[in-house]
Amino acid sequence: MNFAAFLQHLINALSLGGIYALIAIGYTMVYGILRLINFAHGDVFTYGIYLAFYGVVLFLMPWWIAFIFSIFATAFLGALIERIAYKPLRNAPRISALITAIGVSFFLQNFATVVFGGRAKSFNPQTGIYPTSFLAMIEIGAVKIPVLTLLTLSIAIVSMILLMWIVYKTKVGMAMRAISKDIPATRLMGVNADRIITFTFILGSGLAAIGGILWAMKYPQVYPYTGMIPGLKAFIAAVVGGIGSIQGAMVGGFILGVSEIMIVAFVPSLAGYRDAFAYAILLFVLLVKPTGILGVEVSEKV
Amino acid sequence: MKKVYVVIALVIAFTYVFAAEITEVKIGAGWEMTGPIAGFGQMSWDGVKLAMKLRPTVRIGGKDVPVKVVLLDNKGDKAEAANVVKRLIDVEKVVAILGPCTSSCALAAGAIAEQKQVAMVVNTATNPLVTQNRRFIFRACFIDPMQGELLAKFAWENLKSKNVAIMVDVAQDYVVGLANYFKKKFAQLGGKFFEEYYNTGDQDFTAQLTDALSRNPDTIFLPGYYSEIALICKQARELGFKGNFLAGDGADAPELIQIGGKFVEGLFYTTYFHQDADLSPATKPFVEAYVKEYNRRPDAFGALAFDAYNLVLDAIERAQSLDPVAIRDAIAATKDFQGVGGAITFPEGSGDPIKPAVINTVKNGQFTLMTVVRP
Repeated sequence: MNFAAFLQHLINALSLGGIYALIAIGYTMVYGILRLINFAHGDVFTYGIYLAFYGVVLFLMPWWIAFIFSIFATAFLGALIERIAYKPLRNAPRISALITAIGVSFFLQNFATVVFGGRAKSFNPQTGIYPTSFLAMIEIGAVKIPVLTLLTLSIAIVSMILLMWIVYKTKVGMAMRAISKDIPATRLMGVNADRIITFTFILGSGLAAIGGILWAMKYPQVYPYTGMIPGLKAFIAAVVGGIGSIQGAMVGGFILGVSEIMIVAFVPSLAGYRDAFAYAILLFVLLVKPTGILGVEVSEKV
Repeated sequence: MKKVYVVIALVIAFTYVFAAEITEVKIGAGWEMTGPIAGFGQMSWDGVKLAMKLRPTVRIGGKDVPVKVVLLDNKGDKAEAANVVKRLIDVEKVVAILGPCTSSCALAAGAIAEQKQVAMVVNTATNPLVTQNRRFIFRACFIDPMQGELLAKFAWENLKSKNVAIMVDVAQDYVVGLANYFKKKFAQLGGKFFEEYYNTGDQDFTAQLTDALSRNPDTIFLPGYYSEIALICKQARELGFKGNFLAGDGADAPELIQIGGKFVEGLFYTTYFHQDADLSPATKPFVEAYVKEYNRRPDAFGALAFDAYNLVLDAIERAQSLDPVAIRDAIAATKDFQGVGGAITFPEGSGDPIKPAVINTVKNGQFTLMTVVRP
């Protein structure tokens, strides 16, 4: 492999990792606060794409309004899921909430199949969904950098900084951190815990919508199961980086993106098994450092 | 005691009378209605719906009996495809089965149909193993050894390809098979090739493509399914690939153009049907009926599903029976059936008809007929 090809692989990897990171943040925030793995997160991501698609195609919004609409509507969907499915189980055993999350995921997938249809919808700029300039390429020598990749990376980094600011510098963030330690005690301090939890879901789901739209621009199709594999990968990324940690999700996302691309780059004959490779990374991290790279040991709540 | 005998006699008499009375013919259909290749199943079902509208009854014992098709979704999943056939036979009690589209699903579903001795006519599963050593499985399409050879010849003679990158989906029997038949012929012709691998449902192919492009192929051969093909074409062009794209019948869905847009422009592929191809006397009336019904161009999957439905109905009429084994024998004896995708005759002891293929290309965002290749 020559140097240009290696650089090209690296660019591809960063572009994939950036989207994983955006989705992983949603997993990690919900986990950090509720100790709940929100398996419906990948499907929330799918709905983000569908909402943007129908915003343009059905409601004839300009693309940027449709995208903003999708981000807010998906955030609302996340909050709705939390209110309907997770809130009634707040004091139930953790396993009940986990199974509910899987149920919500199945429901969202099948609901999408019934309402939007099983056939893939095209998220192609030629159908007028968004300007073709998003698909432009910057060429430096033999290396091609998609504008979309730069956009993905900057959005990922900006959202991470913004989230860190919210979590560590604002009152809401302080409440979030408190809830992650002890919900009843936080309530006693006069914090409306339910509202803070809903807010967490709003943030996570909004980011999933952004990730979804970027994903669909890169891989221009959407069908009811679009979010399944990226969702799983992002979950792995969150665990690898240390679930519960925002920086960890970011690091995990990039690690996963880079290793997935590099395994294909260096051992092309294994390319068909790259999903299996992602699971192998998950197993390895769980065996060697279960808290993940940037995770901290949390003592089990009794 | 006498009364009991009378009752029993009456029951037997009634059962006999009712059994002789056929009120409905139930045919099963198992297709990929949802999942990553939902386009195939949906197109096939549209073809069958039209066929049912044009021919809602079958003539048995001098009476027109209504036909009912029970459709189940196999989600494009092998295990699900087997379950669907099990359910169609055990619960729905169908006398014959249509579908599925893909070879992997047809292999799994066919094992069940064979074991339960109910005939299954697949519309578009082209892998040779689908019907091999199976008495009850038939198809309405050509098979991959022929398609692979045709594609290799086309790449060598028409595209003047010397070095071909082949993108292989390791999870699909159809893809692995078609790639192998292509390689065999292409090597024979003197061409060079290499393979890159992926898995159904993958969306990112940049790593494989970056690797492939560093080996300077003049053609990328895509024996996979349309949604992956569309994504691969997009990513290959974005990475600077200037050569040809070549694909098999798995490319044949409108989603290819919707998703791939300008990136699939100029792609060549082989398939079973094109509305402008004169494949049989039945083609033109079908195209007209289809356009009238759906107000869009007919597709290969719908055309062959249409053929599969009529093939089964013809067999039932010849068998004059709803016994699945008798229907199977009648299907096997099919001779010169005028399907819309060409005539179908099953050679002795085989479920594979010899059929023409068409080569299409994507031109100005439309599937355009290039040529018809007759066997």
